[in-house]
Amino acid sequence: MLEHYLSLAVKAIFIENLALTFFLGMCSFLAVSKRVQTAVGLGIAVIFVLTITVPVNYLVQAYLLNEGALTWISPQFATYDLTFLNLLLFIGSIAAMVQLVEMTMEKFFPALHGTLGIFLPLIAVNCAILGGSLFMVERDYDLAESAVYGFSAGVGWFLAIVALASIRERLRYSNVPMGLRGLGMTFVITGLIGIGFLAFGGIQL
Amino acid sequence: MAAKKQEALIDPLFNNNPIALQVLGICSALAVTTKLQTALVMCVAVVAVLTLSNLTISLLRNQIPSSIRIIVQLTVIASLVIITDQILKAFLFETSKQLSVFVGLIITNCIIMGRAEAFAMQNGPLLSILDGLGNGVGYSLILLITAFLRELLGSGKVFGISVLPLINEGGWYNPNGMMLLSPAAFFIIGGLIWVLRIWKPEQVEVDG
Repeated sequence: MLEHYLSLAVKAIFIENLALTFFLGMCSFLAVSKRVQTAVGLGIAVIFVLTITVPVNYLVQAYLLNEGALTWISPQFATYDLTFLNLLLFIGSIAAMVQLVEMTMEKFFPALHGTLGIFLPLIAVNCAILGGSLFMVERDYDLAESAVYGFSAGVGWFLAIVALASIRERLRYSNVPMGLRGLGMTFVITGLIGIGFLAFGGIQL
Repeated sequence: MAAKKQEALIDPLFNNNPIALQVLGICSALAVTTKLQTALVMCVAVVAVLTLSNLTISLLRNQIPSSIRIIVQLTVIASLVIITDQILKAFLFETSKQLSVFVGLIITNCIIMGRAEAFAMQNGPLLSILDGLGNGVGYSLILLITAFLRELLGSGKVFGISVLPLINEGGWYNPNGMMLLSPAAFFIIGGLIWVLRIWKPEQVEVDG
């Protein structure tokens, strides 16, 4: 059983890395990777939010949206299928969760809030978060699997952005062609890291 | 006024391209570009959602309290995306399967949020429609060039029709498999940005 979760985690971190194989959360990935310190902050916030929102959205999907899911309210709802509303409810629960996380953090961990505070609102519209929930639905994970998946997908994203930020910090000392400086070069580097991550693709679990 | 309208429509094509300069909407841009057909469907969906969301938000702009504007914008966008998703599933089922979660991810596509926040909240409906169209087309331009190169070099086809005959089908072209992998999209877009900045040197970032 443990083996199953472990292989799920390795798959989500390396083989199906959200940032480098699915290109999710690219906007903040490219914009907030100029310095390692801020990249670490954003990465931790993403791990945090993904770990919470994927299981929560699993509950939303399983107890509100799936066909027959509403029978716990009344048996006459057995034929209702609300899955087409999942985008709306997911984004709502993500926005609510982000707000909740921010308020809890502000009250109980003011130091952590000081570092991560500015990134939290950004995360509500980070496609990696919504993408994690949508992949959870597409692959039929159960509650424990979605918690493991959420956490490890976040770790994968964290590793990717920290790697990119470290390279960009060093890039300051190299002579990049004028037109390629900044965004252009960042794209090329991300592509190269992506090729590196492709090497994990052959691993059989 | 006429000049302003023209500016709202034309500017995002090259001078202020959403992908190449504003760094918006890259997430979905890269994953759907292995084939021209999926890219085209994606572009149409994004242009439609962007134009309609800009229009709706511009009409509502005086009613939305600024403290809850993000959730209102997200609700408008999410509703439009759900409609688009349902239409695609009804009429283009095969393509909608290939696009998988990326149609849903139009909601968090930063172009749409970004333009709603930066433009539609301050401008009238007509200008907002033009801005939505312009940005949508600017986004599509990059997406379609990328998809064209990837499909042509990766599988020798354009819109699924064989252009460069492949070796294993008796032709002469040896397909470049890397073009079908995700990193190729990064290289192509990086290259496009380079070309664009050689043409328009004022977009170069000095400090890198």
